[in-house]
Formats: sequence, structure tokens, C-alpha cells
Amino acid sequence: MATTYDYEEAPATYDEGRHQDLGYDPNFVPDSVRSFVVHLYRHIREKNVYEIHQMYEISFQTLSDRLFKDTPWPSVDAVAHYVDNDQVFCLLYREMWFRHLYARLSPTLKQRIDSWDNYCSLFQVVLHRVVNMQLPNQWLWDMVDEFVYQFQSFCQYRAKMKNKTEQEIALLRQYDQAWNVYGVLNYLQAFVEKSNIIQILEQEKEGLEQFTATDGYDYSGGSNVLKVLGYFSMVGLLRVHCLLGDYQTGLKCLLPIDISQQGVYTSVIGSHIATIYHYGFANLMLRRYVEAICEFNKMLLYIYKTKQYHQKSPQYEQILKKNEQMYALLAICLSLCPQVKLVDETVNSQLREKYGEKMARMQRYDDEAFIIYDELFSYACPKFITPSASSFEEPLVNYNQDAYRLQLKLFLYEVKQQQLLSGVRTFLKVYSTISLGKLANYLEVDEPTLRTILLTYKHKTHAVDSDGKIISNADVDFYIDDDMIHVVESMPVKRYGDYFLRQIVKLEGVINDMDRIKLE
Amino acid sequence: MVRERETPKQQQQVSYTVEQLVAVNPYNPDILPDLENYVNEQVSSQTYSLDANLCLLRLYQFEPERMSTQIVARILVKALMAMPAPDFSLCLFLIPERVQMEEQFKTLIVLSHYLETGRFRQFWDEAAKNCHIVEAVPGFEQAIQTYAIHVLSLTYQKIPRPVLAEAINIEGLSLDKFLEHQAANSGWILEKGHGRGQLIVLPRNEFNHPELKKIAADSVPLEHITRIFPILG
Repeated sequence: MATTYDYEEAPATYDEGRHQDLGYDPNFVPDSVRSFVVHLYRHIREKNVYEIHQMYEISFQTLSDRLFKDTPWPSVDAVAHYVDNDQVFCLLYREMWFRHLYARLSPTLKQRIDSWDNYCSLFQVVLHRVVNMQLPNQWLWDMVDEFVYQFQSFCQYRAKMKNKTEQEIALLRQYDQAWNVYGVLNYLQAFVEKSNIIQILEQEKEGLEQFTATDGYDYSGGSNVLKVLGYFSMVGLLRVHCLLGDYQTGLKCLLPIDISQQGVYTSVIGSHIATIYHYGFANLMLRRYVEAICEFNKMLLYIYKTKQYHQKSPQYEQILKKNEQMYALLAICLSLCPQVKLVDETVNSQLREKYGEKMARMQRYDDEAFIIYDELFSYACPKFITPSASSFEEPLVNYNQDAYRLQLKLFLYEVKQQQLLSGVRTFLKVYSTISLGKLANYLEVDEPTLRTILLTYKHKTHAVDSDGKIISNADVDFYIDDDMIHVVESMPVKRYGDYFLRQIVKLEGVINDMDRIKLE
Repeated sequence: MVRERETPKQQQQVSYTVEQLVAVNPYNPDILPDLENYVNEQVSSQTYSLDANLCLLRLYQFEPERMSTQIVARILVKALMAMPAPDFSLCLFLIPERVQMEEQFKTLIVLSHYLETGRFRQFWDEAAKNCHIVEAVPGFEQAIQTYAIHVLSLTYQKIPRPVLAEAINIEGLSLDKFLEHQAANSGWILEKGHGRGQLIVLPRNEFNHPELKKIAADSVPLEHITRIFPILG
């Protein structure tokens, strides 16, 4: 089993109660931090989204790199009096505080529980009170993303029972509501419902609402927080369901978002990538290979063209990681469903470079091939979780790998069922007609077995889409007339319609630009 | 920055159907008994709901002590009956490995494997050996026969009688009656094969008759055209 999956956690090096021992004083507030919180507080009160974004993206990172490389930020109690003890600001500050902790250090169990409490308080405020703020989409996305990440991290942590101390076990038993799967899912669901985002997106199609056009921001004096959190929660739900292995429901949660178009989900690169990565993965597990290939292709091309603009951003490493994972998933999809014509030239050449050799070996379907399928799947898959708490029965074991092992096993099982298809495909590409007897000879099987192989080929290459219709994934197809196989050449699909539409819109834009230029 | 929202009026108590519960309040441990009853209802009334069953399997995942393997087995049989949809796999993704090791689940997985790989003869043999599992769910036989015909229709323009017989597990006089019925109602045509017996001509569709495949790939949805109306107009 590949070891790349193992989520290793270094033992916690920081404990809030023993700060004196480790040279960190949570009550010491450097001048730059005081200035930071004062200005950020003011910008939030004045709804200056641009300034908030600059401080959130850049200043926070700069200060973290300079002053808090491996210690937490000052405690919220130390900074509260600089910001009028404003409850909401303190909750937001704490959210950033914990996010920084998770990124740079290793949270203790108590800290994980405290972070959960903070999210609960923050979310309660947004859900039940009228919040008069506008926050940048980047921040709102990060909240949802981090919320799901900390949940996943907690499940991984909780499942490693073997070396837990007495105190840890006692705390786990006492605070069994912290990061409870029901709580996590219900908060995300609550955001979707309370924000009315699904109806807003529906009405937007009929021109009765403005949401995407303003990137989710509210220009009529209101707040974007609940609406945008509701929107990003749909992606959050997709992600949680993938972590649980429920791909069908995950895709259902994403349905209100039209991924064939730009939208608020593309306004933040992290959200764009998370959406497509999980959408593609879910489709892969649902055997809708063509759909997965198309979406991975578009996303990888986009990242290729735009990643230079994100080099300075704190998300850069994550972007690169997800990029590599999607190439691995694309390699898997194309080995199971060799429709190379669906892939853009640029993406294809990158793919050949990274996985050309491995893909050739995967398509041989021998023992070595399965090892490579295992390796790529393990590298690229989400970090599956076991959502239930331990029963605390002796002997205490680690069960953090159980969920991953199950998904991997079922995936390889599916690959195995498709083992004989590659051989059939090779022959179908060479003949226009061939008798069952002859093909059976070449494949060294008897006729009845050949018939079952051909049925398997048909079944596996004709997936059922979300509307229950049959769609063909087959690059080469056939039909049987009694005992003759007739091969069907599949024509390459050139999508002229879309191309012309794009060019029309583009040309119109150029003409409009030229009109606006006044020649002196 | 924040002001208190007015407290909403008390929600009126409305009784929800199971489908509504799944759509509106799925992450709720209290609906588990309703979902279990719904599985039994699906079995007895020959209906099916993937979403409700996935919801139940998720709740079992959240609270493994409440899992009923009998209900899970029934869900899996219903999922088999939904083939060619991948529902059986979707359910397996949510069932812990140690549960899948139990005898009845191993059998169901083997049955699914035979169906996924077109091995109908082995399937019917295995199903006969385990009739207690499959006879517990009415409509099972017909559902699998429908699936068999579906795959055969993707594959064959003309199929020899013995191949069909093996796939749907009907022979002799029963098969004659079945073929007559299909010829009368579903457009099947019975031909004489060259010397060897009957040949059944299956209805034409885009998968066994490639010339019927619409070049739908290049059609453009009206929604996309409306985007350029302002330019054209």
C-alpha cells in the first residue's frame, strides 16, 4: 500500500498553558500587530472591501512570516481593547488565529475543540443576526475551506487511538460534540438554506436577481457575508460528501452551480480548483470518465495559463499540489477511457511528460499496472474520513486508514473488472468486421467467454448520466449481427458551434473597445 | 456592525414525507427509523429511491451501532435491480469493510460482479443457490432480466436464441411465450437463423445501429445562443 497517503502529525510543541516554558507570551502585542488590528477593524466598519482584502491577503502573511514564523499570534484577549471589544471582530480574529496555528504548528486537542467553539459562535452570529459587513470572497471561501479542513484533520486525529493519553481520551469523551459530523454538515446546510442562495441563483437566470454579476457583493447597502457563505457551502458540502465516500449526494449538492460557466466559484482560485477537483473525482468514481476528463482538462489548462499570477500568494503551494493530483487523476481516467482527443494539446504534452510511461504500463492491465493504479489513486485521492467516534473499547487501535483502504479497494476492483477490455479494444481498432470465432481465437478464449467480454465492454463504456440517460464513453464501438462483429468508427467531435459563439462575443468586444477610442 | 434579527414566528408543525425529509433535513439522526421503514416499503411496493437509501447508509456510517445488516442487504438488492446504474457501487462505498466481509454481502458482491461482467449464466446459477436472499425482494427476477435485455440491446442487432435464453434465464415454452409478447409489444422480430435455429432481431437504437447516432455533439443549446442575441439584434 502506498505510504504517500499517511497524514503524519508531529507531536504538539505548543501548549497555551505553558507559554513561559516555550518563550511565547500571548499577551505581548507588537506595535505592528496593534496597527494591523486597528486598521483592519476600521476597514471592516467602513466596508472597504479592497483594503480588507489587501490586509487579509498580504499584511497578515507578511506579519506572520516576519514575527510569527513558528509561534501563534497574540491572543484575542490581548488585542480586544484596541477594537472596542467588538464581538464579531474578535471572532474573526480568532478564526485567523486558529488558521495560522493549524498552518504553522500542530494544534493540541484542546485547541481543536476551542477552534470548533469559535466557528460555532461565528456561524451563529452570521446565521441568526443581521451582519452589516462586506468581506472579500477570498476570506469567506477560506472560512468554509478551513472549516472543512479542520473537520477532516480532527477525524484523522481522533481515529489514531493507539497512542492517546488518558487526558486526551477523557477530553474526547467529554467534548463529543466538537467536530461532530452532524454539526459540520448541519452548519453547511444551514448556510445554504438561510442564505436562500439556491433560489437566488435560479432567479438570476431569469434576470430577477443580481449575484454573479456583482461577484456576490451587495451594492445596495447590505451584506454579502451570508449569501456568499451559503454559496461556498455548496462546494463545502461536495467536499465533505466526497470525504465520506458519498459521491452521488456530493454532486447533488453542487448542482445549483453551473460549472460550464464562470461564477462566484471562479472568483477565488482556491474555490475554483476545489470545485473541479472534487467534481472530477466524484465523476471518476461514478464511472463518468468523459465528464471527468473534460473538466480536469479545462481546469489544468486554466492553471497552466494563470499560475504565474499566483506565485506570491499563500495559496501557491496548494495550487501546485492540486495541479499535480489532477494530472494523476487525468492519467487514470485516460487509461480507463482512452479518449485522448478530449484533451488539449498543452495539457496532453504535460501529461505525457509526467505520466506517459506509467499510462502505457497501466493499459497493459498486468500486476504491475495495478500497482501503478494504486499508486496514482493513493496520491491523488481526497483524505477520506471515518465520521463516527471511537467506541473507546480496548484494545485501542488506529483506524484512520480504514476509509481510504475501502475506497481504494473498491476502485481497484472496478479496474480489475475492466481488465480484458484493453485487449478487445486493440483488435477492434484493426478490423472493420471480424467473426466471433476468429476474435475468440486471437484472444485465446472460447466463444461464450468472448460474448461476455463484449457485453462487459458495452456495459462499462456506456455510463448512466445524472438524468438516467445512457451516454457512450467508447472511443471505438461495435455491434454484433448473429456471430459477426461490425466495428464502428467514431468520428472526432469538432465543436464548431461553441467556437463560433466565443469568437462572435470576442469580436463584439473588440469592436466596442475600438468605438470607445476617440481619434483626435 | 451587528444588530439583532426579529425572532421568527413559530413554525407550524407539518408532517413530511420521507422524500421531503431527505431533501430538507438529511443530517438528522432522528429520521433513521423512518428511512428504515421506507426501505421495507420500497421492497414491498416495488418502488425505489437511491437518495433515501444513501441517506440511511450515511446515518449508519455516523452511528455504526444502529446499523441493521438486514436493511443494508435489502438496500443492496434494490441497488442491483437498478442496473445499469452504478447504485450498487455507490452503496458499497458507504458500507464498512468488515460488514462487507459477512457471508450475505460477499454473495451479493459476487452476484454484482457477474452482472457487471456480462456473466449471466453464472449469475443465475449463483442466484438459484441463494434464493433466500433474492426471493425476499419482489420484482428481482424481472429487474435483472430488464438489465440483461438492456445490455444485449446495446450490443446485438441480431442475437441467437440460446444466447438470449441464457441471459434472461428463460427456456422452452416460457421463452416462446416471452418472445411472442416482446414481438407484439416491443418491436422484436423473430427470424430464422441460417440452419441453426431462431435469431431475434432487437429494436434499433443508436448503440446497436450507429447510423442512428445523432450528431448531437455539435448542436448548441438555445441558452447559449441567447447570449449573443444582443449582438445579432
